[in-house]
Amino acid sequence: MIIKGSAHVFGDHINTDYIISGKHKSRMTDLKQMAEYLMEDIRPGFYKEIRPGDFIVGGINFGCGSSRETAPWVIKEAGIAAVIAKSFARIFFRNAINIGLPVLVADIDSIQEGDELQLDIDKGKIKNLTRSFTLTTTALPPFVQKILDAGGMKSYFNAHPNFDL
Amino acid sequence: MGMTLAEKIFSKHAGREVKAGEIIIADLDAMMTHDANRPVALDIFREFKGTKLCDPEKVVQIIDHHFPAPGETNANVHRQMRQFKEKMGGILYEGEGICHMVMPEKGHVLPGDLVVGSDSHTCTYGAIGAFSAGVGSTDIGVAMISGKLWFMVPETIKMNIVGTLPKGIFAKDVILHIIASVTANGATYKSVEFTGPVIDSFSMDARFTLSNMAVEMGAKSGLIAPDQTTISWVENHRPRRKYNPQVPDPDAEYSQEITFDVSTLSPYVAKPHLVDNGVPIEELTGTPISQGNIASCTASRIEDLRIAAKILKGKKIAPGIRFLVVPGSKEVLQTALKEDLISIFVDAGASVKSPSCAGCSGGASFGVPANEEVVITTGNRNFQGRLGNPNAYIYLASPATVAASVLEGKIADPRQYFQK
Ligand code: SF4
Repeated sequence: MIIKGSAHVFGDHINTDYIISGKHKSRMTDLKQMAEYLMEDIRPGFYKEIRPGDFIVGGINFGCGSSRETAPWVIKEAGIAAVIAKSFARIFFRNAINIGLPVLVADIDSIQEGDELQLDIDKGKIKNLTRSFTLTTTALPPFVQKILDAGGMKSYFNAHPNFDL
Repeated sequence: MGMTLAEKIFSKHAGREVKAGEIIIADLDAMMTHDANRPVALDIFREFKGTKLCDPEKVVQIIDHHFPAPGETNANVHRQMRQFKEKMGGILYEGEGICHMVMPEKGHVLPGDLVVGSDSHTCTYGAIGAFSAGVGSTDIGVAMISGKLWFMVPETIKMNIVGTLPKGIFAKDVILHIIASVTANGATYKSVEFTGPVIDSFSMDARFTLSNMAVEMGAKSGLIAPDQTTISWVENHRPRRKYNPQVPDPDAEYSQEITFDVSTLSPYVAKPHLVDNGVPIEELTGTPISQGNIASCTASRIEDLRIAAKILKGKKIAPGIRFLVVPGSKEVLQTALKEDLISIFVDAGASVKSPSCAGCSGGASFGVPANEEVVITTGNRNFQGRLGNPNAYIYLASPATVAASVLEGKIADPRQYFQK
């Protein structure tokens, strides 16, 4: 799958409270509505800047903090096609794979706000169309890749109720 | 080569010998879900076409984050959880206290267990020698149906805590110091084993504080090998089934070993907005505060309340300061009532709330600070907005430091109260 979109660059340690704050999360159940508050505390109005297919680019430890699955959900619902970061916090990573949001590890230092990126998920390549260079993403463990390929845990588990490794 | 505690527990639950780095399918002893995260695990259970629980004894729902319900959204989620229990069975606690205190207190988590919970601080049960990890709602939904989940067996960092803890310094100071040294992602994807003479001397309450914050350095679990202290505590809390404690082999292979000598440790305080922003209190004494909280699954146990009460007894908090005390569970509250600790807090000027996550996560609508206000809390996260207002500042500290600080209205060193 090849996706084109712009990069929205965030720093290190973007935690799940920043992705969707507890304040909003606790008073609504609709994920679409919640998505309007994506990163609201640290970048007000961010939701309006997103075009479907855009990317969030993060530093180290992206998604640290709580186990809220709403965090990857609101990112997906807001139209973000994938998150590319230097590293991910464990639970966020697992939740993103489970809901079918691609999370890719790459050395993102040279990507800047607004860069046009072209991501080839299967080949693990990110082409920076603005600055003409290509990055390689770290391959996922094959079992994890299988869940993502299935589109998330729901379809994977339907087909493999005993988890074939 | 021997096995780490994590490898031992995973081997037992995978039915074969497994090593760090392997992806495995493992059987679970318990799975916990609470009222805060959406989609709630029971929506997933339905969406994934679950028709019955893998084992009703293993499935525990806990209403704690928003209890009693502060609004209709929460109230309706609570009703959904009750209805689910009616239909599907399983166990439901409501108003008993914070999930991570209730699970071990009610005997659902036991030494040697493998447990998951839809909450990042599920790692708390590492203190009783159970491998417990936070996962999301989807994983819990799948676990409720199948009774198992996939795991990557983690590598382990061994943390040796040595020396003699000075007076007025507690488990919370030790863990804030550790996190400041290894950083917020210093143990990502790894298991941590806390060991050494200081751990041996720690009570279970202190051990829970330590393990609770393992996730704040990215760890999957923060384990302490069970010993006599563990077993006595567990046996005093009516274990619901037989258990099989595991300890690491002496020749286990660790990815890293770190030694912390705590003999000269100062009280530690983590500055806003990162948990690894911890500094010795000397750098912060005198910082004016508006509010102090003794709350959360990190440090609202009976010993925490005793420490705070010792400092506050017969005194009044500084004028204009708010002081919130939320005992973490009913068991703690009852003991605190018997020991007359609650009246000490109330006399000092505290507002006391029934056991819950109040005073910790942002949505709990209890004690939200105003813009520019400073809160010092015994909680585990100082992220911007964590207490419901992104324009406030949160400092993390021990119960002693919070108690000393509310008396002065500014961040204060608690060691003065422990000289004798
Ligand atoms: S007390 Fe705070 S950290 Fe603990 S489970 Fe509740 S909200 Fe989470």
